[in-house]
Formats: sequence, structure tokens, C-alpha cells
Amino acid sequence: MLYREAGQFKTSYAADQQIFPILQDRIGVIAVLVLAFVVVPLVADQYWLGAILTPFLIFSLAALGLNILTGYAGQLSLGTAAFMAVGAFMAYNVQLRIPGMPIIGSFILGGLCAAAVGIVFGLPSLRIKGFYLAVATLACQFFVLWALQRFGWFSNYSSSGVITAQKMVILGYELDSPQAKYLLTLFVVAGLALLAKNLVRSETGRAFMAVRDMDVAAGVIGIRLMHTKLLAFAISSFYCGVSGALYAFCYLGTVEPEAFNLDLSFRVLFMIIIGGVGSILGSFLGAGFITLFPIFLSVLSQTISHATGMEISHAIVSNLELIIFGALIIFFLIVEPHGLARLWQIGKEKLRLWPFPH
Amino acid sequence: MQSQRKIGAPVLVVEGVSLSFGGVKALQDVSFDVREHEVRAIIGPNGAGKSSMLNVINGVYHPQQGRITFKGETRSDMNSHEAAAMGIARTFQNIALFKGMTVLDNIMTGRNLKMRTNFLQQALWIGPAKREELEHRRKVEEVVDFLEIQHIRKTPVGRLPYGLQKRVELARALAAEPEVLLLDEPMAGMNMEEKQDMCRFILDVNDQYGTTIVLIEHDMGVVMDISDRVVVLDYGRKIADGTPDGVRGDQKVIDAYLGVAH
Amino acid sequence: MEFAFFIEVLAGGLLAGVMYSLVALGFVLIYKASGVFNFAQGAMVFFAALTFVSLVERGWSFWLALVVTLAVMVVLGLAIEKVVLRPLVNQAPITLFMATIGLTFVLEGLSQLVWGSQPHGLELGVPDVPIEWLSQKTNINISQFDLFASAVAGILVAVLAVFFQKTRIGRALRAVADDHQAALAVGIPLKQIWGIVWAVAGFVALVAGLMWGVRNGVQYALTFVALKALPVLILGGFESIAGAIIGGLIIGASEKLAEVYLGPYVGGGIEGWFAYVIALVFLLFRPQGLFGEKIIERV
Repeated sequence: MLYREAGQFKTSYAADQQIFPILQDRIGVIAVLVLAFVVVPLVADQYWLGAILTPFLIFSLAALGLNILTGYAGQLSLGTAAFMAVGAFMAYNVQLRIPGMPIIGSFILGGLCAAAVGIVFGLPSLRIKGFYLAVATLACQFFVLWALQRFGWFSNYSSSGVITAQKMVILGYELDSPQAKYLLTLFVVAGLALLAKNLVRSETGRAFMAVRDMDVAAGVIGIRLMHTKLLAFAISSFYCGVSGALYAFCYLGTVEPEAFNLDLSFRVLFMIIIGGVGSILGSFLGAGFITLFPIFLSVLSQTISHATGMEISHAIVSNLELIIFGALIIFFLIVEPHGLARLWQIGKEKLRLWPFPH
Repeated sequence: MQSQRKIGAPVLVVEGVSLSFGGVKALQDVSFDVREHEVRAIIGPNGAGKSSMLNVINGVYHPQQGRITFKGETRSDMNSHEAAAMGIARTFQNIALFKGMTVLDNIMTGRNLKMRTNFLQQALWIGPAKREELEHRRKVEEVVDFLEIQHIRKTPVGRLPYGLQKRVELARALAAEPEVLLLDEPMAGMNMEEKQDMCRFILDVNDQYGTTIVLIEHDMGVVMDISDRVVVLDYGRKIADGTPDGVRGDQKVIDAYLGVAH
Repeated sequence: MEFAFFIEVLAGGLLAGVMYSLVALGFVLIYKASGVFNFAQGAMVFFAALTFVSLVERGWSFWLALVVTLAVMVVLGLAIEKVVLRPLVNQAPITLFMATIGLTFVLEGLSQLVWGSQPHGLELGVPDVPIEWLSQKTNINISQFDLFASAVAGILVAVLAVFFQKTRIGRALRAVADDHQAALAVGIPLKQIWGIVWAVAGFVALVAGLMWGVRNGVQYALTFVALKALPVLILGGFESIAGAIIGGLIIGASEKLAEVYLGPYVGGGIEGWFAYVIALVFLLFRPQGLFGEKIIERV
């Protein structure tokens, strides 16, 4: 009843092209944005902002990047963490070596460096596909981490390659509270998400999906495969790079190359599998799920501990986490390969009819 | 159902094309021409090399010998991107639609060569990108109207029945506003009604837009009805070339279809 | 002196390569029979080794532990086929691949949940020391254990090769690998075949797990051997047993040689990624590997 589209006719192509053509969707999105930008910073506590919401946003951005490459353009990548690492370390270096560089500028340059690395390691995609390409991206993953550790320049010659992110100052305000970091992250992520949404609905997005669905046919109708694939790598790596920079500056504060290991690449891959491959919303849902789930599990185990008096060790919880993650991946792949985003869509369809059964 | 437009000079000339895969000779020394605005059919028993011939014309396969002349330019092989840019569009035997996208999006991809804005402009959705998208949307809607597929524009292509998928593929080819349209068995798997609709669309395209059409087809009735001239291939060689009536009576053609040893 | 050292490094590399091949074999088996790239092979190796070693540490005899672990692996293989693969049987290969990534996590968590996460040492009776008379005569050090592992690998490969080429089941497996539908059409019981394949892969995983367990100890890092097997598979082709062996030898040798002779110029540590670079270069020029089949895409 609430979600009826009846009466909402589009009388121009422009109206049909809107991101949220249905009025109720628009209201919903505005509500979420108001909540995120205004309400949350005022009411949420340190822990929620610093340990849950900020990393959730950062991972959403990484998932968005991977989704552009793997979900929309169909190029499987296991090197996400490597691109994040490039973004983080290059943003640090730019901030360090170029005096007076605004922090956003460092983020952007970090992202651009990641994009460049992405293009180089995306070159194999011109000849190979599927899991062979995944192996090529693994090469990138290992090589980048090795390079960051081996060449001291990246970490300003600190031992073991650790870097400490510098303080962030925008227009004279120092951003060191969880609220400030949260808002900066939110601002960056929301902006890039909007750009991504526009991009996937445009000709570039269509070219990506064409290459994903049937690249031979795409080539035949005139889409330039090399250009399209490398562009996908570049944009995706840019997003992952910025996400990495945020990871270092707004969340961890201190990072080393090991923090961007293969495990992290897999996590981001899981986010898009669970959230929905080829969906902007899915990137957020998947990131949210994977960020919140360990917390949920540990709270659950603590509750059970208190209730039954049994000690559930941390090791048990983290192993259970592994098992459940793995099982969920398999579950989603079997039951709903399009992930949470599809479930959300199904939910909306049901909502259209509610309270009628059909 | 003969249409009445002026058939012009040869716009596509195939000379001495030979193609083999490993040891298999798909085409051997095939030569023919296609005149502007005509409907040219390529027929022949299964395995005669008809699809391979289309693939050579639009650059998917590269022949070992021979030349193709299109709009005055001669090459020893085409590159598929160039072919598309020069105005050749095609449909495929086994439907090469993008299953993950809607009908509208699929047809829009046909416009990609005409789009000029870059990804940055599109991401920011500023003036030029917005204008371009809407202008091409208008064009695509014309094709949608022409092929009467308005009711399925937002449907994901994978969900459509076979006949409609074929129509969408034709729409995508038409969206590119091609000069030459290569159709690979456009009526395969269709029932009588669908075939009549498809024939009507093909003839309308030829009539209204003057598009030169080269089509592979098995249904003899269709071939006789709508084509101006016919090329017959068998085992990779050309065995006849002429008007439908002329070819129908040719003994070599009859033998090829009846499977007489030769 | 130089030459002896070179031989030593080369031999060490080749023998390390044999170890990689052992793991790669498991991949090849499953890929050959079901077209699935089983990323969880590494986790299976780990699980097998951990189960065996834990049983032995609890006082079970070597042979009893071996048999029981084998039985467990077989049951595991059958369970995987039924729960994970069968529901996904018609999906794209990428989906199946991602399912095996999920499976990896499940197995890793399960292994440690059941058996704990401390590292274990493993002894098989053959010490990891250089062969006496060889070292004394030629100054070349080659580990006894490496030789033993190669012998084991050789026997395993021979057995598998005979199995695939000569037996009825082997033929059925090859048919299934080629074309599921066609195999069904001639009456090959697909589900049974897959069950058998996964069981055999489990067995191979056990052998690999034992060898690696002696070499590196049985610990979580064992799961990463799977990653080392990937370049081997690319070099050798995903479907070839011979390819797995030869690919393994090449990768093992090149890695060690590169580390020793090129490493000093770039500060060392290139063993971590060198194999991948070789694989990458190979991919660009010969995507199907040395022995794989070339796939021609027709439109």
C-alpha cells in the first residue's frame, strides 16, 4: 500500500533516467542520508563510530571498487588488498613529501597511483580470462606487498615497513575525533558512490557489462575491449586505492604492508558475493554484513558464556566465524547468487503488493 | 514481396577468400559482390561455410587468402572494430545478446560507436553526458517502436523467449544505423507468424532506411520471396550466384541439397 | 665448487617442485573429472595432515591413523560433492570456484575447531638430512627426505596414470571431464563418479599433507601451499597429470634458482612471487599451458 507506484508516470526520458525513479525510493534515500550525515554523528558513541561505522564505509568503498571490476566488467580480481595498499602508502608519501598538500588531494593522488598499478596488472586481462586472470591478480597481490616491504622509500625507511598516517587538517580544522573521521569518510564514500551509480548506468557501464556477458560480441559491435577492460581496472583500483588511504588515515592510523594481505582481498570478494555481484547497493550490504557479523558473533558468544557459565574461547569464536562465513558463501551461491541485493529487490517487489498477496 | 528501391553499385566485394581452421577448409576461393540497397541471400547445406563467410566480412575471422572491398576500401582482412565503425552490423546464429542487461540497455550498446563523452563526464552526469544519453535514448526508442518491442524494454534479456531475443538482437544491430546488415539465420527456430513478422521487419528496414542486407537463411520460401540475388555455397565453395529463380533451377544447387556425391 | 652449488640448488628446486606437484595433482584430478577448480585443495591438505598428526599424537599407531584419516578424507570428499557441488552443478565455473573458496574457509575453521591451532611436527621415518655418501663424494647436499618424497610422488603418479588410462572407472572419469551431458547420455553414473573423484583427491591431499607436514610442520600456513600450486597448474595445464609434474619441476627449479642467482640483486624474498611471474608470462604466450587443451571460442 505504501509502496505503490501507481500514478507515477514518466513523461520524459530524463525522468525515466533518474537514479531513484520511484518517489518512495527517493524519500527513503533522503532519509538515510539525513540519518547518516546528521543524526549519527550527534548520537552515536565513539565505539560505534570508530569501530563499526567508519570501517563499514571504508569497506563499502573497497567492495564498490571490486564490484566495478568483477561484478560489472566481469574481470575476476584477487588483488584488491594490493590496490588498497598502494592507495594507503602513496597517500602517506604524497602527504609526507609535498608540503601543503590538502588531505583530499593526497587521497586522490593515492587513488591515481593505485589506478596506474591497476592498469599495469590489468594488462593480462587482454589475453586471459576467468580464473587465469585471478592468478594474474594474485601475482599483483604478492608482488605489491613484497615491493612495499622491500623498498624502504615507501615507508620512509621505517623498520618493517610500518607507516603512521599523518594528521588530517581541512580548512584549519584538525580531524582527529571519531565524528570528524566518520564524516570525512562518509563524505568521500557517498560522493564516490554517486559517481559509481552514474557510471554504471551510462555507456561506460554498459560497455563493462557487455564485456562481462560476451566479450566477443562486444568487440563485434564496436566496443574497444582493451580500452574498456583497462578502464575498468583503473576505476576499480582508484576506488580501492582511496579506500586504502581512508583505511590508513581514518581508521587504523598505523599500517604495515601485511595489513593488506590476501586475506583482505578475499574478505572484499566475499562482501560482493554476499552483498550482490554487479550491484552498487550490494557492495554496501555485503560490507555491512561482513563488518557486523564478527561483532554479532562475539556478542552472541559472550551472552552464551554469561548465560551458561561456559567459557567460549576467542579461538573458538574466530574459527566459528571462518566456518560460518564459508558456509554462507556457499549458501548464497546456491540459493541466491545475486546476493543480498537481490533479496532486497525481491523484498521491494513484495512491498509493492503489500498488504495484498498478489 | 519484392520491394522497389533502386539497387546501386556493388558496395561490398568479396574476392578469392579462403579460410581454414587447422585442417578444416571452411571457405575455398569464394568471390561475389553485394550491391547497395539490395537483399542478398547466402544459402547452402549445413556446414557449407555460410556463417564463416559472414564472420570474415565483419572481421571476426581472418582469411588466409583473398580480399574484401567495402565502400571502395580494399583489405586483406577486416578488423571487427573497423567493420563496425565503417557501418557493418550483424546478428548471430546463436544470439549474442548480453544476458545480464535489459532489452533497452542491450539496444543502447548498439549506439556505442556514436557516443562521444568520456567516462568522467558520464560519472559526473554533467551536461554533455546527460544530453548525449537522452539523445541516443530517443534514437533507440525509434528502433523499439519500429520493431514493436515497447512492452519488454525493461525486461532482462535472458528472460525473453527465443523469438523476441532475436528481435532484440536485430534492434541492437539497427541501432547502429548500419549501411550493411549481416543477418545470420534471423528466422531460425521461429514459427510461421514470427517468421512473417521478421520478414516484414527486414523488408521495412531495407525499404525505409535503404540498408543493404546480406542474410543467411534456410527457409527457401523466405529466400525466394525477399531476396534480390542469391549466392549458394557448398563445402566452402561457391556453386551458384544469381536471381532466386535462376538459382532454384540450377542442377548443381539441387544436387548439393539432395546430397548427390560430387 | 660453483657447479656443485648450482647442482645442489637445482636439485633442491626440482625436489621442492615435486612437492608442489603433489598438491597440483589434487587440483588436476578434480578439474579433470568435474571441471571445477577446487581452491579448497590446500585446506584439504591441511585438514588431512592435521587429522593424521593429531591421531598419532593421541597414541594411535601410524597405520591405523593413516587408514582412519584416509577414511575421513573419503567421507569428506563425498560430503563436499553432495552438499556443495551437486546444487551448483549447472552454474558457471566461476561460481563453483567461489564456492570452493567458501569451502576453504569452512575446512580451515573446522580443522582448527576440532584439532586446535598449535603447530605440530610430523615424522615419517625418513630424516630431512643430506645423503651422506653424496655429500662426501661430490660436495652436493641433497636431502634424503626430498628423494623419498619424489619416490612417493612418482609412485602416486604412476598409479593415477594407470588408473585413468587403463581402468573402466578411469575412462568414465575422463568422459565426465569432457562433457557431463554426453557422459550422462551414455549411462555413466555422474554422482558416483564425482564422489569417487573427490575421494581420490582427498587421498592425494593426504599424501601431499604428510609430505609437506614433515617439511614445514603441520600448521595453518600449510593451507597456502595451494597458492603455490596455481602457477604449476598454469604451466602444466589444468587437465594434465604429466603437466602437474613437469610444471612443478619447472616452477620449483626456477624459483630456487631465481632466489639464489637473481635474488641478491633485488634484495631477496622473490621466492614469494617469482613463480607467479613465470606463470603470468606463460599465460600471455600460451594460455593453455604446456599440456592443456587449446580452447577455440566460436561465435
